[in-house]
Amino acid sequence: MSDLADLSVGGAAAGLRAGEFTAVELLEAVHRRAAVTEAELHAYLTIDRDGAARAAVAADSALRAADDPGPLLGIPVALKDNMVTRGVETTCSSKILSGYRPPYDGTAVSRLRAGGAVIFGKTNLDEFAMGSSTENSAYGPTRNPWDPERVPGGSSGGSAAAVAAGSAMIAYGSDTGGSIRQPAALCGIVGVKPTYGLVSRYGLIAFASSLDQIGPLTRTVEDAVAALEVVGGHDPADSTSYPGSFPDMRSGLEAGVSGLRIGVVAELNGAGIDPAVQAAVDETVAGLERAGATVVPVSLPSVAYALSAYYLIAPAECSANLARFDGVRYGLRRHGETVEEMMSTTRGEGFGPEVTRRILLGTYALSAGYYDAFYGQAQRVRTLIIQDFADAYEQADVLVSPTSPTTAFPLGARTEDPLSMYLSDVCTIPSNMSGDPAISVPVGVDENGLPVGFQIMAPALGEPVMMRVAAEVERQAGFTARARLATSEVG
Amino acid sequence: MTWETVIGIETHVELTTASKMFCGCPVDFGAPPNTNVCPVCLGLPGALPVVNGRAVEYAMTIGLALNCSIAPHSVFARKNYFYPDMPKNYQISQYDEPLCVAGHLDVDTDGEVARIGITRVHMEEDTGKSTHVGDGGRIQAASHSLLDFNRAGVPLMEIVSEPDLRSPEQARAFVAELRGVILRLGVSDAKLEEGSMRFDANVSLRPSGSTEFGTKVEVKNMNSLRSLQRALEHEVERQQALLDAGEPVVQETRHWNEDAGTTSGMRSKEEAFDYRYFPEPDLVPVEVDDAWRERVAGALPELPAQARARYASAGLDPVAADLVSRDPAAGTIFEEATAAGADAQTVANWLTGEVTALLRRQDLSLEQSGVTGAGLAELAEMVDDGRLSASAAKEVLAGVVAGEGNPESIAAERDLIQVSDVSALEPVVEEVLAANPDAVAKLHEGDGKVIGFLIGQVMRATGGKADPAAVTAILRGKSA
Amino acid sequence: MPVEIDIAKVARLARLSLTDEQLERYRVQCEVVLEHAARVQALPTEGVAPTSHPLPRTNVFREDEVAECLDREEVLAAAPDRDGDYFLVPRILDE
Ligand SMILES: [Mg+2]
Ligand SMILES: [Zn+2]
Repeated sequence: MSDLADLSVGGAAAGLRAGEFTAVELLEAVHRRAAVTEAELHAYLTIDRDGAARAAVAADSALRAADDPGPLLGIPVALKDNMVTRGVETTCSSKILSGYRPPYDGTAVSRLRAGGAVIFGKTNLDEFAMGSSTENSAYGPTRNPWDPERVPGGSSGGSAAAVAAGSAMIAYGSDTGGSIRQPAALCGIVGVKPTYGLVSRYGLIAFASSLDQIGPLTRTVEDAVAALEVVGGHDPADSTSYPGSFPDMRSGLEAGVSGLRIGVVAELNGAGIDPAVQAAVDETVAGLERAGATVVPVSLPSVAYALSAYYLIAPAECSANLARFDGVRYGLRRHGETVEEMMSTTRGEGFGPEVTRRILLGTYALSAGYYDAFYGQAQRVRTLIIQDFADAYEQADVLVSPTSPTTAFPLGARTEDPLSMYLSDVCTIPSNMSGDPAISVPVGVDENGLPVGFQIMAPALGEPVMMRVAAEVERQAGFTARARLATSEVG
Repeated sequence: MTWETVIGIETHVELTTASKMFCGCPVDFGAPPNTNVCPVCLGLPGALPVVNGRAVEYAMTIGLALNCSIAPHSVFARKNYFYPDMPKNYQISQYDEPLCVAGHLDVDTDGEVARIGITRVHMEEDTGKSTHVGDGGRIQAASHSLLDFNRAGVPLMEIVSEPDLRSPEQARAFVAELRGVILRLGVSDAKLEEGSMRFDANVSLRPSGSTEFGTKVEVKNMNSLRSLQRALEHEVERQQALLDAGEPVVQETRHWNEDAGTTSGMRSKEEAFDYRYFPEPDLVPVEVDDAWRERVAGALPELPAQARARYASAGLDPVAADLVSRDPAAGTIFEEATAAGADAQTVANWLTGEVTALLRRQDLSLEQSGVTGAGLAELAEMVDDGRLSASAAKEVLAGVVAGEGNPESIAAERDLIQVSDVSALEPVVEEVLAANPDAVAKLHEGDGKVIGFLIGQVMRATGGKADPAAVTAILRGKSA
Repeated sequence: MPVEIDIAKVARLARLSLTDEQLERYRVQCEVVLEHAARVQALPTEGVAPTSHPLPRTNVFREDEVAECLDREEVLAAAPDRDGDYFLVPRILDE
């Protein structure tokens, strides 16, 4: 590998410890890559040059002192701009938070700092993580490094594009309905939504609290494990944080899939899936079977209603979560004669169309007279989905499907039709509804050379078996294609 | 037609936990503005609440003291409405699954005891405070408001009564008794004037004998027991006048104006409130098992009703029994004084009379004053021994309240000790008799009135320190 | 199932000041999404308990201990407007 920016975390960590290069050099390589790619990609909203430089210098002295806090020491990391970083602008890609510098670090962020990671910058996203293409950013869209005329997926599109292009070694995103996995699939990298509660949400600007999870976007499955180990684990500041010990995802990575039961979900394969995507998924399933797994067909009948239920639950929670952006204590303020007028004008102008739409949807779904038919019913459907998953996991150790029904689509293709955009998440939403973990692993490319993601779902805290299968898929697929923009050469 | 008054009361009580309901900021009412704030209670993006376990216990304590059932499963919800002093623009509150339900509190109004239902007791968080500033502010001539979020997130208990109260007087007695319960439990300082205990009342009238409710009006902004009673009396009169005139009562919220002694309707909202409650996804349910409930129940202190019964059977009058049973500071002092041998009614009389008056004048609480049980016992003993006159005792008490020391030293300092020792008084009496032969003659003639004159002379000669009773006894001996 | 929304009322509840033209566009879009979302009503859910948390947990409490507060200057520095140690907002109309 000629360019340090293309190393995996494991490779970089080994090189740093062997003294082959320094953390400062690693950071410089990522800077050089970003200098070339950013003009076209726009993966970043903020690059924290000074903070990153200080962290790299500190990492180098820790390395010299053999004071080793773990696998991310000296590794350049990008954070989705909905993770609060003390003193570093955090906007959620919204006008309403333009210029906002939080006075605290979120839990994941402080764990990254403690782990010696070099926080390089804050990545673009769909405003408040609402969207599937990163086009809903008040600061302009991010483009797909495989084809800049196409979207990178979303909402963690900036994080996915940065990792795919080499302008970050790893990145973190948040996944509420597929916002890590779908962009990972569209950008040809690995993306993990952990079990709800495995990574603290403290300091993640909430979209839909009962669905949001922070997770990594990486180039390899092993990197994803390392990235999770650093930020995961119980946090007393998050009441929904999982209190038990952190699952061992590492030791099974080489174990293969012999004897495992792979459930192919009828409702998430076939109909509605782009044939090229389905073909790559089918081939991957066949590969797992050849590697000794048993393939079983399973059905999640209620999942047909997951998207509908999601578009009631997520907007309902978001309508309350976003009420705090009112021009009183931070962020944008627009003029009003009375405080009520000031709030309404600030919010009316500060939020973009998708956020406004979801706040309206959620407000309606919760309002008197509609609650039971909409929000209440969606919650009962959620119960049925969870039961369906429980039944399916009686028959299979993991469940598989495409991550996204299509590969990356052209910019603007779905912006005028919210429902068509929402359908991008049809395969990923069920795991958010159940709280279970899921991963997307790149397995091939379509006829246009665009990457296809393969989704593996597991029961709650089933990350060990999920990662085990993911590692096997990675080996089988041998996915080595690289994004066109992943180069430091000035094109 | 005669009308029956129907009143229900909703009380909010701020708990005196060390930290706030959902974050570690201190509950400290005197702090400079916007210093007791953190990402959670300021509603900063990304912050999450975590429930204060002690606040839950305090809420259970209140529920158990009010004879409520403790729900085995209760949940927090978000109550959505926009208000600038509420940082998240939703209040975390309990809604359809509160912690405590279906209790009661017995209220005694002039010897008549009524059982008032308690619908529920639930947990929520307080808002910040806004100060409205008049014209001449910074934004041209427009008025504006200033916000302080120190109070935002302080644990707040909402106690809702059934519409079981039948008069303003009974409503007042209910709140007084409820306040006594809260104070005895030690979970809040329940200061009405400072707002750590606040109440709203729902008032309606119905034809006597009817079981249906009339249109209710919510009355707000009363900050003392007296203003509660006045506001309710006013509101009952207002509704009665309307009904007698055949006019309808409009369902609305009315604001009590203490100075004007009237209520006025508040600007009606364009839309009825739609709070869009839903379960708070950032918090998990609270589950109380038998063991937990029993542990909290077992630790309940003596409540005012029990204390009052005990005092009444010891012969205390009802006014005094009320005070020492509802006010834990007074109760403790009373218990200590009587345990040290002081007469119960005497101590109680001081507490309800002179002490209360002095505290009010000096704007002190009992805790802030120098009054102790031992001090009152000592004072009582000095009066019994004749070393202090009733008026001197009052003066000493003022010194005690002001924290000048114990009664003995205050009395000595102010030279208030009476001389009742016969051997000390005898020579003085002899001197007075020698100087007033005419009076002595009258005394021997059996003129009883002259004895007062002679006592006065002895008092003057002793600078007022002679015990009048002892002097009288000596003089009577001389006249025989 | 067609859904009709009083969009102006919903926008007022959500404190979103929008033009008539915007309101109309949002009304149409929200009705389309809600029509799709209303499919949840087709699923029989009698006797099914609602799920508000994906993972069942109860009784998560913190000790009643005082923790560090934020620095007031840092907090007020982010405020759109302030007056001394207070946040400043336009006048609050009577409740
Ligand atoms: Mg309340
Ligand atoms: Zn706080």
